[in-house]
Amino acid sequence: MHEVKNALLILEDGTTFKGKSFGYPGSTAGEVVFNTAMTGYPESLTDPSYEGQILVTTYPILGNYGVPPRRQKDDVSQYYESDHIHARAIVAQDYSWHHSHWQADRSLAEWLNEEKIPGIYGIDTRALTKLLREKGSMLGKIVVEGAEEPDFYDPNKENLVAKVSCKEVEVHGEGDKTVVLVDCGVKHNIIRCLTRRGLKVVRVPWDYDFNSIPCDGIFISNGPGNPDLVDATVENLRKALQGDKPICGICMGNQLLSRAAGAKTFKLKYGHRSHNQPVRRAGTEQCYVTSQNHGFAVDDKTLPADWEPLFINMNDGTNEGIRHKSKPFFSAQFHPEASSGPKDTEFLFDEFVAML
Amino acid sequence: MNEKIKKVLLLGSGALKIGEAGEFDYSGSQALKAMKEEGIKTVLINPNIATVQTSEGFADKIYFLPVTPEYVERVIEKERPDGILLAFGGQTALNCGVKLYESGVLEKYGVEVLGTPVQAIIDTEDRELFVKKLDEIGVKTIKSEAVESVQGAIKAAERLGYPVIVRAAYALGGLGSGFCDNEEELVSLTEKALSFSPQVLVEKSLKGWKEVEYEVVRDKYDNCITVCNMENFDPLGIHTGESIVVAPSQTLSNEDYHYLRKLAIKIIRHIGIVGECNVQYAFDPESMDYRVIEVNARLSRSSALASKATGYPLAFVAAKLGLGYGLFELKNSVTKDTTAFFEPALDYCVVKLPRWDLGKFHGVRREIGSSMKSVGEVMAIGRTFEEAMQKGLRMIGRGMHGFVENKDIKIEDIDSALSTPTDNRIFVIAEAMKRGYSVDRIHELTKIDRWFLYKLDNIMQTSRELEKFDSLQALPDELLRQAKQQGFSDFQIARSIFKGATESPEALSLRVRAHRKERGITPVVKQIDTLAAEYPAQTNYLYITYNGQTNDVDFKHDHRSIVVLGSGAYRIGSSVEFDWCSVNALMTVKKEGWRSVMINYNPETVSTDYDMCDRLYFDELTFERVMDILDLEQPHGTILSVGGQIPNNLAMRLDEQGVNILGTSAKSIDNAEDRHKFSSMLDRLGIDQPRWRELTSKEDIDSFIDEVGFPVLVRPSYVLSGAAMNVCSNHEELDRFLRLAANVSKQHPVVVSEFIQNAKEIEMDAVAQNGEIKAYAISEHIEFAGVHSGDATIQFPPQKLYVETMRRIKKVSGQIARALNISGPFNIQFLAKNNDIKVIECNLRASRSFPFVSKVLKINFIDLATKVMLGIPVEKPNKSAFDLDYVGIKASQFSFSRLQGSDPVLGVDMSSTGEVGCLGTDTGEAVLKAMLAVGHRIPKRGVLLSTGSARQKAAMLASAQLLHKHGYTIYATKGTHAFLSENGIPAVRVYMPSQPEEHPQALELLHRKEIDLVVNVPKNLTPTELSNGYKIRRAAIDLNIPLLTNTRLAEAFISAFTSLKPGEIEIKAWDEY
Repeated sequence: MHEVKNALLILEDGTTFKGKSFGYPGSTAGEVVFNTAMTGYPESLTDPSYEGQILVTTYPILGNYGVPPRRQKDDVSQYYESDHIHARAIVAQDYSWHHSHWQADRSLAEWLNEEKIPGIYGIDTRALTKLLREKGSMLGKIVVEGAEEPDFYDPNKENLVAKVSCKEVEVHGEGDKTVVLVDCGVKHNIIRCLTRRGLKVVRVPWDYDFNSIPCDGIFISNGPGNPDLVDATVENLRKALQGDKPICGICMGNQLLSRAAGAKTFKLKYGHRSHNQPVRRAGTEQCYVTSQNHGFAVDDKTLPADWEPLFINMNDGTNEGIRHKSKPFFSAQFHPEASSGPKDTEFLFDEFVAML
Repeated sequence: MNEKIKKVLLLGSGALKIGEAGEFDYSGSQALKAMKEEGIKTVLINPNIATVQTSEGFADKIYFLPVTPEYVERVIEKERPDGILLAFGGQTALNCGVKLYESGVLEKYGVEVLGTPVQAIIDTEDRELFVKKLDEIGVKTIKSEAVESVQGAIKAAERLGYPVIVRAAYALGGLGSGFCDNEEELVSLTEKALSFSPQVLVEKSLKGWKEVEYEVVRDKYDNCITVCNMENFDPLGIHTGESIVVAPSQTLSNEDYHYLRKLAIKIIRHIGIVGECNVQYAFDPESMDYRVIEVNARLSRSSALASKATGYPLAFVAAKLGLGYGLFELKNSVTKDTTAFFEPALDYCVVKLPRWDLGKFHGVRREIGSSMKSVGEVMAIGRTFEEAMQKGLRMIGRGMHGFVENKDIKIEDIDSALSTPTDNRIFVIAEAMKRGYSVDRIHELTKIDRWFLYKLDNIMQTSRELEKFDSLQALPDELLRQAKQQGFSDFQIARSIFKGATESPEALSLRVRAHRKERGITPVVKQIDTLAAEYPAQTNYLYITYNGQTNDVDFKHDHRSIVVLGSGAYRIGSSVEFDWCSVNALMTVKKEGWRSVMINYNPETVSTDYDMCDRLYFDELTFERVMDILDLEQPHGTILSVGGQIPNNLAMRLDEQGVNILGTSAKSIDNAEDRHKFSSMLDRLGIDQPRWRELTSKEDIDSFIDEVGFPVLVRPSYVLSGAAMNVCSNHEELDRFLRLAANVSKQHPVVVSEFIQNAKEIEMDAVAQNGEIKAYAISEHIEFAGVHSGDATIQFPPQKLYVETMRRIKKVSGQIARALNISGPFNIQFLAKNNDIKVIECNLRASRSFPFVSKVLKINFIDLATKVMLGIPVEKPNKSAFDLDYVGIKASQFSFSRLQGSDPVLGVDMSSTGEVGCLGTDTGEAVLKAMLAVGHRIPKRGVLLSTGSARQKAAMLASAQLLHKHGYTIYATKGTHAFLSENGIPAVRVYMPSQPEEHPQALELLHRKEIDLVVNVPKNLTPTELSNGYKIRRAAIDLNIPLLTNTRLAEAFISAFTSLKPGEIEIKAWDEY
């Protein structure tokens, strides 16, 4: 059998869970968040939105299908959402030491070791999730037997967007039309969804004044952390809103666009972290199952008169997207690019392309 | 919603049969609840009297009639419903609905089909249309060639290349389908399939691919969700009803999962489903290539499983969608707060395992394949795959303790046993691992995904670790905890540690239990909340796991709860009737102001619907798990007597632990169950019983037989193979049976009883309080004793019993009730000949016939019994069976057509899979309804008679005369032919297959469909006699020609259909009797 080290998950309120280490045998600290998705650990771990976070998977069995290879296609990774793991650690009830999938070229444990990311299993993730749900989220640390205990680390005090955004302008794909993609921590599938539709994507850092770039449309990506810390992007967006070029945003992009329009955001009592979030297109009978991962939401009531909600969460009634009443500006709080999660709303990319 | 709909007709699925079982009681009940909530009147047609849906309070009008177009039309004519629901009664209801639509009946009476339009149903059912439909949107199907002849099939197979799969169109559960490796197999299978269906499909086999299914829901606004996906443990080639199924899928990546999910939604939109359907895929394990296997445009076994696996009430929601609701207008019934438009997130793993009873049949093949043979299923929930799997292996109730630490099974050739799956496959894998087979080697032979095999190997490794220790003190806590987290029972741990101990296994298991409790290794309770704890949820749907450290629920410990133990997996001898009993007990418990708590693990049941009780533990009914739950709940008391034999068997062990068993005491239960104690009690009371003895040597058996004479009933205590019981008519048979089936020795005694021929069998179902009978129902078997009571046709109230016999039965029952101080339900079986009665058996629990007699008499015996058990004084109901001016007939449903090779003959061991109960103004009418409801048809042309011994031939003479008088051509085999001629009844002499040169051959006439009823009565149940008629009986079954093997039943049926035309049958609802 496997020689496994004991490991602890310690929360800031002192709650301690005993488990076993299956990843990198070092310790780490971060904000502990959960996701109720039943598949998609390679995608989630590499999603820049998890920067600084310790990911708890509520589905109890992890690692079943191993990890797909690190292949590059169109300058973006084919199976991952960025070029490395952003989450600080991963927590599960049970780990599958043996994986089985034709695409896998190594196990999750091997990958975590390569990237020096701890993994811990044997944790009552349901009990843990109930705690996190009630407290919003908590700081926590993983202490692996034999490794030093780190201090708690609060990623929300940092501008995480600045940390994960690209540092220089990059171009992806080619086409007659050009879209500026503001990288607040973009998931590669957003790039894939745009280039697949025959667009040239100019990916710029989060604080880059993209208004100077000639383009047909602007796309604001997802990203980690608190939208209130991302002022530079909001400033640039405000300028763009004066014009008529189509603008689309996802997740953090939705929050930044709302802020630029003049609305406010707030922290949700129960964050949306799953593949099964129901949203309804405002004023219609059309409903969609969406993939989500956010703790902040736009306050509908603070939207200015020329804006309106585009999507509404059917569980708690919070905002899931906005649009301008006359100009081609819209955004979604959920992830139409999925990856991981259901692909029901990928048509939003088509709607965006049609506006260009 | 659609405001025009005020009254709705729901079609049920009839008797339980292989491929169509309890799941449709569950889905129908949910649909009825949904209609009720909307204030819509409901009319239900379902002859299955043992179901919950045919109980008071579920539908407004209930018709115990066959679900066939002619009867349904007559009910429509009478009731004039506005709408009809076709998706909740399995293939039976769907096929019937399609026929009513095609014949214009629905249009004629202005009945609207609610939910999925009939055209969409036809598009999914007709294979050619289906392929065409999916071709339109570029979705890949398994290309098959539809043929209408054997020649056509041979040509198609040549084009496709062997192996091919053959399936009959419009058939439930893969009836008449299978794999063919060569032309010979193809010809035999195609012939059979063509007898069920005019069209047969030949397609390329994709053996070794994964099988994955999605349950999809769509509303009329085109909103779609997939409630659940499931992955078969067994690769393609094994019917999903025969396969171990896991939810959610375990070996699919996110990309795989959502690729197939997206396709499923695309398909259901294109077909135009409104409501629920499932999409089954074959999925290449080496790429993302796929084929759609089929789409079921109705609720199915899988949808019932998905509902239980996720907590999402698919049938309830589908019924509401049929009324025109959008998903967004409905609430998640678990959280009660969030919307029904969502996809459940599971934070546990579910394993479904099939339950087979192939050992009950003579001649059946043990291989499992593309045709369904299992009779029930279980669902196990855990937070590791290992935990769920081991729970499940215990739940199927085959005497296994999990994956490891079982009794040895004999396997001669492991390689071939691995590559040819049988009902034993999982234990073959265990044996292979034990013998050192690698995961890769097992994968090669079975094609089961390595992931599953690695998990099973984990269990094997842990058992090896455990076996290194020989005392609990030496056993590290960590290893003990790991074992429990992988689903090891205390018994398994005891067996691996205490090697060669002399203490009883029960005592050793208790030592493990005490030790681990002392070490703080105890399980926790978790909720199934559909959202993996993302939102708070007040749910009472619970399971037990060792993979967790805190309980999700609080325990009040106010002793105000009553725990009811359910019936476990449906099997031959215990099925939906005990679910009815359990549900009724729960309802009474609740009504009387107690908290009702259910423990059961059968996903096909209504008792495991979380809105039937205050708390549902979807978990094992083992001693260990029941004690775990009782430790947590600390209830006022526990009810064991409504769930059949499984809970009843726990009585003594629970009693020893001080559990408060409500009703009759454990000691009395033991006094009735223990053959010796019961027998000496009867002797003491002066009550007669057939002579019997428990014997340990051949000499003793012979001398006992000298005393009682042949025939005798022989029951081995340890069964080597084949049936557990047999009737032996002479020394030769006895020797043969003892040699083959029973290993007589001091350790393995054999019980031999005298077998009384031509005796009536009578059932006493009753409820007593403190030893006094409060309510009773006496019913009689149509068949003479010798046909298992579960297979017999039962008449209530009895029409042919002497008053004196009834009086004696009542008196003896009263004596027994007093002697055992019965408080609760019980059943006694009697033999009666002339006016002598003998007691055969007594069970201090509800019996199979409780729902039947309760519904015929309109007195709910379980309600009464539950009140008794709660200590509430009950009055004797002011009504007796003598007041009834109608008759109820309970007839049995057999599933021989699914059990390739099995001999469809009835004997002392039970073989029916279900039952119906119909009412009539006289026996004839009730018999006719009941027989038609279990699939018999009134013959139109010829009847083949082959009627056994001289006495049986004589008994059938009047029936033969009736047939002749009504213009039927009678075909008869040699002896019967001679007998009929002597008595002046013309008959055509036909020849048995043993004389192939003579003509006409019986088999030929069957193939040509010139015979449409076969009465084939074996003289006795000896192997020689049985093999004589076997080919004819089997051909009748394979060619779907009604078959009767008992003279008494044949007489009743023939008399009924010759004296009454189907059109003369009265269409009366239950409440009109």
